[in-house]
Amino acid sequence: MSDPAVHEFLESWRGVTPVPGAPWFAPQRAAARQAFQARGFPTLHDEDWKYTDVRPIASRRFGSGTETGVDAGLTAAASFSAAGAHELLFLNGQFATAADPAPALPAGVIVMPMSRADARQNESLAAHLGRYADINKHGFLALNTALAGDGALIFIPDNVEVTIPVSLLFASAAGPQPTGTCPRNLIILGRNAAATVIECYTGTDDGEYLTNAVTEVRLGAGARLEHYRLQQEGKRAYHLGNLSVQQDQDSRLVSHAFALGGALARNEIDVRLAARGAQAVLNGLYVAGERQHLDNHTRIDHEQPHTTSAEHYRGVLTGRARAVFNGKVVVHKDAQKSDARQVNANLLLSDDAEVDTKPELEIYADDVKCSHGATIGRLDDNMLFYLRTRAIPAAVARSLLIYAFAEEVIQPIGFAPIRARLEQRVLGRLPDAEVIREFVQ
Amino acid sequence: MSQPNREIEQLVQREYEHGFVTDIESDTVPPGLNEDTIRFISAKKAEPDWLLAWRLEAFRTWQKMRAPNWAHVHHHPIDYQDISYYSAPRSPKDGPQSLEEVDPKLLETYAKLGIPLHEQKLLAGVAVDAVFDSVSVATTFKGKLAEAGVIFCSFSEAVQNHPELVRQYLGSVVPMGDNFYAALNSAVFTDGSFCYIPKHTRCPMELSTYFRINAAKTGQFERTLIVAEEGSHVSYLEGCTAPMRDENQLHAAVVELVALDNATIKYSTVQNWYPGDENGVGGIYNFVTKRGDCRGANSRISWTQVETGSAITWKYPSCILRGENSVGEFYSVAVANNYQQADTGTKMIHIGRNTRSTIVSKGISAGHGQNAYRGLVRIAKSAANARNHTQCDSLLLGDRCGAHTFPYMETKNSSAIVEHEATTSRIGDDQLFYCRQRGIAAEDAVNMIVNGFCKEVFRELPMEFAVEAQKLLGVTLEGAVG
Repeated sequence: MSDPAVHEFLESWRGVTPVPGAPWFAPQRAAARQAFQARGFPTLHDEDWKYTDVRPIASRRFGSGTETGVDAGLTAAASFSAAGAHELLFLNGQFATAADPAPALPAGVIVMPMSRADARQNESLAAHLGRYADINKHGFLALNTALAGDGALIFIPDNVEVTIPVSLLFASAAGPQPTGTCPRNLIILGRNAAATVIECYTGTDDGEYLTNAVTEVRLGAGARLEHYRLQQEGKRAYHLGNLSVQQDQDSRLVSHAFALGGALARNEIDVRLAARGAQAVLNGLYVAGERQHLDNHTRIDHEQPHTTSAEHYRGVLTGRARAVFNGKVVVHKDAQKSDARQVNANLLLSDDAEVDTKPELEIYADDVKCSHGATIGRLDDNMLFYLRTRAIPAAVARSLLIYAFAEEVIQPIGFAPIRARLEQRVLGRLPDAEVIREFVQ
Repeated sequence: MSQPNREIEQLVQREYEHGFVTDIESDTVPPGLNEDTIRFISAKKAEPDWLLAWRLEAFRTWQKMRAPNWAHVHHHPIDYQDISYYSAPRSPKDGPQSLEEVDPKLLETYAKLGIPLHEQKLLAGVAVDAVFDSVSVATTFKGKLAEAGVIFCSFSEAVQNHPELVRQYLGSVVPMGDNFYAALNSAVFTDGSFCYIPKHTRCPMELSTYFRINAAKTGQFERTLIVAEEGSHVSYLEGCTAPMRDENQLHAAVVELVALDNATIKYSTVQNWYPGDENGVGGIYNFVTKRGDCRGANSRISWTQVETGSAITWKYPSCILRGENSVGEFYSVAVANNYQQADTGTKMIHIGRNTRSTIVSKGISAGHGQNAYRGLVRIAKSAANARNHTQCDSLLLGDRCGAHTFPYMETKNSSAIVEHEATTSRIGDDQLFYCRQRGIAAEDAVNMIVNGFCKEVFRELPMEFAVEAQKLLGVTLEGAVG
C-alpha cells in the first residue's frame, strides 16, 4: 500500500545520479524504494519518533540542487584541510575536486568518492554496502538507500594506522526551491587498523534543504576508529544523519556527535558490539536555540560477552528550542560481563524551551553492570552565588557556567582544531565571550 | 409510514426486548459484549439512567479503540466476545465445605505466610458460619467509620446511596475513553469500592484492616473511587498477600483518587493473583489503570505497590499534581518469576507550582521473567520549581530473565529539576558467600538480600503488611536461586 504523497515525494527527487551506479546495487535500491513506499515517513505514533514530527519534511518536495553554486567562503569556514586533514568535498551531493592537493595517505589506504570506484573497489563495496544500516528501521534509511547519492568510500587495510585525519565535508546551498541530498558513506577498517574520520555537514542559511545522510562502518578485530560528526547545517535546513556501526573483537569506536545547526535535525547512532571485547564510547553535545528542534537517538547492542559501552550526551537549550535524547542500551542473552554506562544531562535556560529525554535499558543477561542517569535542570544557584561573591558579574558568571557545562563533552575531543571550533561555537553564542576566554585560557 | 420503515422499527424493538427484559431473571450472561450486555448489567444493579448512558458512551468509545501494543509484554490476542461480563456472586454452598477440600499447595503457602486459620478459610472460599467472629469485628469497624462520617462501601451501594458523589467524581480522573482497558472497564464494571472522607477528618483506621476481613468477590472489572475532602487523611490497602485463585483471565480495573486541599491519600497494593505455572501456562492478565488527582493545594497522594502475581502486569499508578505544593509518591516492588511479564511504573504530571514527586522502583526478575519499568515525568510550563527524583533499580536472579527501563522525561520549565538514576545488578557471589560462611542457608541469604534491596519500599507499607510482604517475596522467589 503506497501513499500518493510518498510517491510524489519520490518523484520530485529528480535529476539525481544514483551512486553507486553498478548493476549489483540495483536490487538493493529497488528493495529500499519498495520499503520506503510501503512504510512512508515515520509519524508521532511510532515510538521512536514520538517527539519528532517530520511532517515539515514529508509535506515538502525536494529537487536536486546541483544548479546552485556553493559559496567558497562557506566551505572554507567548515574545512579542516588547513588543519592538515585529508579532505573530500561534496557540494550539493556531488564530489568536487579540492583546489589544494590533499596530504598523502599510507599505501593501500583508499579514501575516495564512491562515484569514482573502479571494478576492484566495487567488489569490496558490494561486500559491505547496505550490510550495516537496516532499511527496515524507518523510512528515511530506506529513502537514503533508494536515492543514495555520492559519498565517501574509506578503506583502511589490516594493520595500517592512518594518523592524518580524513575529513568529509558536505556543503549544501539552498536554491529558490527546496533541495535535497542523500549522501552515503562507507568506512571499513581492517584488523588492527586505526583512523580518524570527520564528517561535517554545513549549508547556507537563506533557504530550505534536506540532508539525509547514512554512514556505514565496519571495524575489524582490534581496529580503532575515532569518528566525529559535526552538524552545522543552515538555519532552515532539515538534517537526518545515521551512523550504523558493526564492531568485531576488541575493536574500539569513539564517536563524537555535535548538533549545532538546522531547523529540524536528528542524529542517530546504532552500534552493534558483535564480538567479545568490543568497546564503544559515545560523546555528544547539542546546543539548540530559537526554534530549533534537535533529536539524538542512539542504540547500543551488546551482543556478545565482555563488551563495553560508555555514553555521555549533554544539551544546552535556549529560546523556544526543543531537544530530544533517546539512548537505548540492549544487553542480549548471554552477553555476560557487559558493562554499559550512560549519562544525559540537560541545561534548560528558557521557560519556552523543552527537553524530552528517554534513557532506556533492555537487559537479558544477569552478570552485567548497567547504569544510566539523566538530569534536566537550570544553572545551580549556589554556583552562581559563589562566582558573584568573587565579584564576577551575573551575566559573565552565567556564561562561564554554561561553558563549563558544555566543556565536559568538548574536552575529550582528540583532534584540536575541532575542539577549537566547538569552543568558539559554544562561546560565540554566549554574552561576554571575550571575558570568558580570558578566564578559561 | 412506509413498509420498510416499519420493518426496521420492529427489528429495533425486538432486539431491545431480547436484551434485558427476558434475561433479567438469570444470574449469568452468556459470553459476549454488546450494548445489551451493558444494559443487562446496569439493570441488574438498578442503576440510574445517567450511569447507563455513561457506560454506553464508554462502550462506543471502546469499540473505536485498539488494544495498545507498546508495552514490553507478549500475549495472545484477547477475544473480548469470549468473556462473560456478569455473574452473580456464587453462593457459599458451591465452595469447598472445609479446609480439607482445599488444594494442599494453597494451604502450604498460607502457612508460610502465617495467615490465621479463620482467614485461611475465608480466602480459600470455604463456606463459613454466619456467626463467625469477623462479622462482629466488621460491625464494630463500621460503627467507628460511621461515627467519623467516613463513607466506605461497595461501588454498587454508593451508586444507590450517594449518587450525587459518584456522579460528581466518576470518570473525573480517568476519563471513560482514557485508554483501551479503562474504556472497557467503564462500560462493563460490575463492582468495586467507594470511599469518601469528609472535611478535616482523619480516617480512624487503616481501611485495609476492614477490607481484608470483608474481601468480597468483586469480579474482574473492578472500579474504585476514593475522594478525600479538604484536610482529610486516609490510608487504603487493596489486595491481599495470600495467593488468589481466579477463573477469570483478564482483569481490567480502574482506580480513581481525588485529593482536595491539604488532603492525603495513601494507597497500598499487594497483588498476588495467580501467575500461571512454572511453564507459563495460565495466569491472570492484570491490566489496570490507576490514577490520583492532587486537585487541591498541598495535597498528597502516595502509591505503594508490591506486585508479585499475575502472568502479565500492565499498570502505571499515576499522579496528576495540579494543586500548588502538591506531592506525588510512587514506591514499587515488582517481581517477575518463571514466565511472568511485568510492565509497570508511574506517571507524574506536574502542573502546579512547587510540586514534588518521588519515584522509587525496585524490579526483581527471576527464571524467564521479564520486568520493565516504564515511567513518565512531565513538567508542564506552569510547574515552576517542580522537583522530581527517580530511582529505579533492577535485580536479576538467573541468566534467562530480563530487566528493562523505559523512563520518559519531558520538561518545559527551566526552574524544574528532574533527575533519574537506574542501576542493574545481581546477587553477588561474594554476598552469598559471606552469608553462607556465617551459617545462613542459601535460600535465606537470598531472601535477606532481596529484602534489603526492597527495604525502601516496604518501609512505606502499613506495618503488618510490610511483614507479610517480606514473607511473600520469599515464597514467590522460592527456587529462583540455588
